[in-house]
Amino acid sequence: MKVRLDEQTIALRVAREFKDGMVINLGYGMPGLCANLIPEERTIYFHAENGVLGYGALGGDAEKDYELINASDQPVTHMPGMCFFDSAASFDMIRGGHIDLVVLGAYQVSQQGDLANWGRPGRPATGMGGGMDLAAGCKQVFVMMLHTTKDGAQRIVKECSFPLTAKSCVNRIFTDVAVIDVTQKGLLLKEVAPDWTAEEVQALTEAPLLIADDLKEIEL
Amino acid sequence: MAINKIYSDCESAVADIFDGAAIMVGGFGSFGGLPINLIVALARQGAKNLTVIANQGGVGFELSKRIKPGGYEDIGALYATGQVRKFIGSVPALGGMPPTSPLETSHREGKVEIEMVPQGTLAERIRAGAGGLGGFYTATGVGTPVEIGKEKKVINGKEYLLELPLTADFALIKAHKSDTAGNLVYRGTARCFNPVMAMAARTTIVEVDEIVGMGDLDPEAVVTPHLFVSRVVEVKK
Repeated sequence: MKVRLDEQTIALRVAREFKDGMVINLGYGMPGLCANLIPEERTIYFHAENGVLGYGALGGDAEKDYELINASDQPVTHMPGMCFFDSAASFDMIRGGHIDLVVLGAYQVSQQGDLANWGRPGRPATGMGGGMDLAAGCKQVFVMMLHTTKDGAQRIVKECSFPLTAKSCVNRIFTDVAVIDVTQKGLLLKEVAPDWTAEEVQALTEAPLLIADDLKEIEL
Repeated sequence: MAINKIYSDCESAVADIFDGAAIMVGGFGSFGGLPINLIVALARQGAKNLTVIANQGGVGFELSKRIKPGGYEDIGALYATGQVRKFIGSVPALGGMPPTSPLETSHREGKVEIEMVPQGTLAERIRAGAGGLGGFYTATGVGTPVEIGKEKKVINGKEYLLELPLTADFALIKAHKSDTAGNLVYRGTARCFNPVMAMAARTTIVEVDEIVGMGDLDPEAVVTPHLFVSRVVEVKK
């Protein structure tokens, strides 16, 4: 068995894309890890749907303050310049294209960049939260997820079978074995995990992958 | 003589909530901005066939133990009592949790209807209701199950959905401080849905950490002006 990247390592790879001064929203679950992985020389303004811009790293137990949380209900920390606003203003920022980048989790992503990340068979009551607004409104949409399910089912697919969050919204996919761009021509495999080949990644991917001319190993 | 908006306890503040009422409940997730003492009072008061408009359905006491040692009460308390007929919100249940929250269980048993609304659309529908608007167009939900049954319109070459306003008979709100007139300030991310919901109900009932005197709040810092607020209860932390 080839070694796959752990969640922390995927988060490190995603955080490498965060440029100085960007306004970034981190979606529910795994993407939240990215908040703790920002190099000191870069200033990133993290936005959360519940109405905060410019929060710091996830807080330790001792610092828990449940009136300073991110949208995943996790306590975060104060940063100079942080500000608060209500849900309506928060979604003005999202729908209005004022957020540079969102990192979302996913159940499935299609070769057209369609995203399915809120509903799945047998759970009709799970909701989309702010995911639809984020996917439709942010300037760039990254997906961070495990390449296949625990049972080995493929999640990067030709067409999503789960209910959609938004159509043609995903720009780039980061998984435990690959980094893939969604392009006009289809999915472009840009990076593979150490010791993985493009063929091995394709074998775990239902949608056909184009191989980048400069395909390389994921670097952190 | 100004109207007295100060109530001595949560029970008296929610006493007249009637069967069949539509109720907005502030907050975001399981904690941080949830008017939990008003929720618990409403669960005890027992009004039935309620429509609850809230961002999340909550996890309920049993599942909450997975989130915080010892557990805590959240909005799930209302579904556990069977008081709710319909839920309107963005996260009735959390996909990362077992399917056993009070709302998800009640929904599976056919006791509660769910209207799933994207979170930004929820906030804006409430703001539209508060502001007397007939609705708005949003690109959120286009090409997804959310568009089913809704008017679509192409504006500047982009597809949008018509979304309609939401109002309620009552709003249960959590704020940090109120003056005796009902001007409100909030604390941190506990603001969330509270200010928009406070504006969209016929009767707005607020739970605060502290009631202060007239003139003790900086007028520049007031988030919810007092005319939106009907009742205020101080619940010391």
